[in-house]
Amino acid sequence: MGTTEVIFWFLTAVAVFSALMMVFSKNPVHSVLWLILVFFTISGHYLLMNAQFLFIVNLIVYAGAIMVLFLFVIMLMNMEGDSEPRKNQWMTLAGIISGGTLMLVLVAALKDTGTQRQLVQMKEGQIGLIHHLGMVLFKDYVVPFEISSVLFLSAMVGAVIIGKK
Amino acid sequence: MMKLIYWVPLLPLLGFLVNGMGRRKLSKSAVSLIGCGTVLVSFLISILIFLEVKAPGFQAHPFELFPFIRAGNLNISFSFLVDQLSVLFLLIITGVGTLIHIYSTAYMKEEEGPHYARYFAYLNLFVFSMLLLVLGSNYVVMFMGWEGVGLCSYLLIGYWFKNGEYNDAAKKAFIMNRIGDLGFLLAIFWMIGQYGSVNFSDVFSRAPETSLTVVTGITLLLFIGATGKSAQIPLYTWLPDAMAGPTPVSALIHAATMVTAGIYMIARSNILFTLAPLSQHVVAVVGLVTALFAATIALKQNDIKKVLAYSTVSQLGYMFLGLGVGAYTGAVFHVMTHAFFKALLFLGAGSVIHAMHHEQDIRNMGGLRRYLPVTHLTFLIGCLAIAGIPPFSGFFSKDEILAAALVKSPLYYVFGVIGALMTAFYMFRLYALTFRGKFRGTHDQEHHLKESPSAMTVPLIVLAILAAVSGFLGVPEIFAPDAHWLHHFLSPIFEDSMQIAGPSMEMGHGTELALMFGVVAAIALVIVWAWRTYSRYEKSDAAETGLGKVLQDKWYVDEIYDAVVSRPLKSLSIFLDDVVERSGIDGIVNGVGRVVQYGSRQFRLLQSGQVGSYILIMVIATVLFFILQLFWKF
Amino acid sequence: MPVNYYIFLSAALFCIGIMGVLTRRNAIVIFMCVELMLNAVNLLLVAFSKMHHLRALATDAQTTVGTDAQLFVFFIMVVAAAEVSVGLAIIVMMYRNIHSVDVNFLNRLKH
Repeated sequence: MGTTEVIFWFLTAVAVFSALMMVFSKNPVHSVLWLILVFFTISGHYLLMNAQFLFIVNLIVYAGAIMVLFLFVIMLMNMEGDSEPRKNQWMTLAGIISGGTLMLVLVAALKDTGTQRQLVQMKEGQIGLIHHLGMVLFKDYVVPFEISSVLFLSAMVGAVIIGKK
Repeated sequence: MMKLIYWVPLLPLLGFLVNGMGRRKLSKSAVSLIGCGTVLVSFLISILIFLEVKAPGFQAHPFELFPFIRAGNLNISFSFLVDQLSVLFLLIITGVGTLIHIYSTAYMKEEEGPHYARYFAYLNLFVFSMLLLVLGSNYVVMFMGWEGVGLCSYLLIGYWFKNGEYNDAAKKAFIMNRIGDLGFLLAIFWMIGQYGSVNFSDVFSRAPETSLTVVTGITLLLFIGATGKSAQIPLYTWLPDAMAGPTPVSALIHAATMVTAGIYMIARSNILFTLAPLSQHVVAVVGLVTALFAATIALKQNDIKKVLAYSTVSQLGYMFLGLGVGAYTGAVFHVMTHAFFKALLFLGAGSVIHAMHHEQDIRNMGGLRRYLPVTHLTFLIGCLAIAGIPPFSGFFSKDEILAAALVKSPLYYVFGVIGALMTAFYMFRLYALTFRGKFRGTHDQEHHLKESPSAMTVPLIVLAILAAVSGFLGVPEIFAPDAHWLHHFLSPIFEDSMQIAGPSMEMGHGTELALMFGVVAAIALVIVWAWRTYSRYEKSDAAETGLGKVLQDKWYVDEIYDAVVSRPLKSLSIFLDDVVERSGIDGIVNGVGRVVQYGSRQFRLLQSGQVGSYILIMVIATVLFFILQLFWKF
Repeated sequence: MPVNYYIFLSAALFCIGIMGVLTRRNAIVIFMCVELMLNAVNLLLVAFSKMHHLRALATDAQTTVGTDAQLFVFFIMVVAAAEVSVGLAIIVMMYRNIHSVDVNFLNRLKH
């Protein structure tokens, strides 16, 4: 088992574990912290696949900006500690069972598909580099890119209006 | 001249539209003028066309107005066919129609303005439909006219629609006709399926190539249609009830023209019938049975119009007998003479009823010859004509049919003669009860008795002349060789049939002459008997007994139909209404509603408003879809 | 590295997200679970991108197959960022109105 495999399995285990912890921790602040850890591991996967641009964007946008925003909101509301009194155990059980069933179904459906033997290029490859993606983004995808700036603007305006009421 | 053919049916249609739409505005005289004028002009045009058809070298060919139905290979055009047969009917319809229109102006004088206009509008519409029927060059156009006359008959029988009984009579006529029409319609469908065309020329030219079964089936279906329209057993019961309409209507529709539509149809399809001997036998037997059956009923009827109605049914039976034995010319000849003398008799009856202030029971009449001289004389001529006394027209036409029947089978002949004797008896019973003896009505009626106005008597006189002399159009061979004008005139229509049927057996002139004189003598004896018996008739309250009662009650046919057809149908509908409709269909409908209501009440619990439960359901549904899509082996 | 490892990892993360959405009632945590699901999909997109790139390299050394997928991931992040800003604003407003972020109180849909 080479270094790549070791790193892969390590990142995978941490990701699944932190995701579970995120879901099941009672304190929302802990959930946020566990989720940041999940994002870090996913970024690690990106780096492992040599998708450097997405690696850094994921870190900055998700782990940085978005999660800080979450943390900020939680703290603003001042609701550390368990804010959810356990009332309906059946609902929880039903949620876990149906989520698990979906997992089972997906795995069962995908394990025999033709793509399973396909390999993923690891540690190398040019397409994930900032240089290459920048060229494509500002040549072929310049219009969607600009439109997304309008989307941001409208989201900003929306957030301000909703928050002002 | 032939181009004018469009105007023949178009004018009555215009008259119908003008009178129908302007019935509240137009004055009575304007209505009469339009009503009579349009038919009169049609008659004049018909005469011109007749002259052209009569001219040597005439070739019949259809006039197409416009394409009517186009579907796949089927191509039905709205076209007219003018030939010897249709032009003869044109003359009868428009000629008798004109006289009856004129007669109606006096007879219907007491009606209010709008109703008066309605009457003439219906009458014009009837003439239009009838002309369409005889002019159509294919069965579909004929069927349109066929339905049109049925509708007009319904409208005119129920003309006095405030009387419930009259409405019932109208409905009865319409429904009985519908039963027959279904047969006609099926025959048309069969023709389309078999020949791919409904044109007379196509059907007749292709018919000899098809199997006997098909031709027999088609002709029997056509004959069912004819029994409905021409009041033959088993669909004849509507015609006596149809006397509920105004008397001129009875004369026009239920004696002279519409009821002969069935004869026309079979005469038109003569080739088909000649190809199917079985159908011919059926036609002959049904015609003969009807002729006898209706004659027996007529013996004991006391309503002046009912007697004439049953006599019409009986005479129509003779025409079918003629068609059945292959004497197409004779049948058409009888249609023509019958149109004259039966219209005359009905109009005479109308005149009597008019004078008697709507009294129709002949037991309350008598001795009217003193008060109504013109009516009396013309009525007598009509009676002589229908009874078959030479030289009046009925003798020639009936003799021709009977002679053809004798050639086919002596049995037909014997029963035909019995029917003719009965005809003579009931007609002169009617005549004697009405015009002979002494007056048996109330003094009030006697006081008001007077001859009808000239608008009524002139048509009577014209028809009486026609009834007296029209027989000379068909003088039989034995009196003068080659004198049968009608036979020559119609020979292009029937020559194909004559070829198919082959030369008929000729009987010796001596035999024919002897039989003829024997029959005439017997008829004369019967007439004298009836005349003497009923001239001395005294009103008595004694009810009829035995056979007389059965005859008076029309063999209880209406009652039998009621018990066999109407009542079971009615109880079936009641059963369907009570059981199937209420608990079956309503139960299903209400049950669906109740299930939906119950189900929605249960499903409503799912709508908890909790977003979590919605998402849960969504996930479960997604899982199910995955399972179905990926693992369900179809 | 076979691609089905990534597929199963993504499926696992996605299903954990779903479980979170179904079991938790805190609106913010639910929102975070949605973000987790979004990231699981992103990861799979990148994995597929690299897989197709590797296959294309076998025939053409200069190929750029797979670029589009990575740009899609980028746009998904952009949209997610916008979505988070609006979503958090809504949650803040909800908290301001009912002094709770428990979605069970949000049963107005019933009425």
